[in-house]
Amino acid sequence: MSLFQITLTIAMAVLSLCLLLTAIRFAIGPTLPDRITAFDLIVANVIGIIAIYTEFTGNEDFIDVAIILSVFGFLGSVTFAYYIMKINV
Amino acid sequence: MGVIEVEQIKEVVSCVFILAGVIFMLISTIGLLRFPDFYIRMSAITKGASLGVGLILLGLGIYFNQPDIMLKVLAIITFIFITAPVAAHVISRTAVRNHSPFWNKTNLKEFEEYQEKLHLDKIKNHDRYREEQKTEKKPSGAGDNV
Repeated sequence: MSLFQITLTIAMAVLSLCLLLTAIRFAIGPTLPDRITAFDLIVANVIGIIAIYTEFTGNEDFIDVAIILSVFGFLGSVTFAYYIMKINV
Repeated sequence: MGVIEVEQIKEVVSCVFILAGVIFMLISTIGLLRFPDFYIRMSAITKGASLGVGLILLGLGIYFNQPDIMLKVLAIITFIFITAPVAAHVISRTAVRNHSPFWNKTNLKEFEEYQEKLHLDKIKNHDRYREEQKTEKKPSGAGDNV
């Protein structure tokens, strides 16, 4: 196991820990905007995990998944923000 | 031998970028979990996670060392750096409108002054609107009299 693969394993483990901590904030978030920001960070974490998985496998097709995921993460957070603005005003 | 050295340089540079990005992601996640207020959490997320994802993707592009993959990576980084502040602004504006509570040590002086000014402006504009309505009614009434 080379140094490169050890680094990738450590990075994957730390990103998984980040996902776990974000899930805790997603569960205990007092208000709905907290949960939306937690969702935003989950999307960013998953983009990072996809990038590291692409380096593990050497398959270049997974980068397209990261592009699509970044687009849908932005759309999801903005749509939720407008939804909250509509239901509470 | 030369080819192997180039491979090793690519791997080492990619490792450095990925570790830096992962450390930024971890710090922003701890900030999300530990900070006391919604707005402070929002600022931690927007800056730290954008920079972390950008560094990880840059390490990916350096490792593959091909132009089309680098183009895709730069497209993702540009899109994230454009859309993350927009999303944060929209969500935090929604939180301000919904009276999401601030931290008790936050300095709110300028915000309250701004809100007072906005409220006064709204009242003034409301009065002006009424006056305009009255002035619009007067000529029509005069026209009826004539």
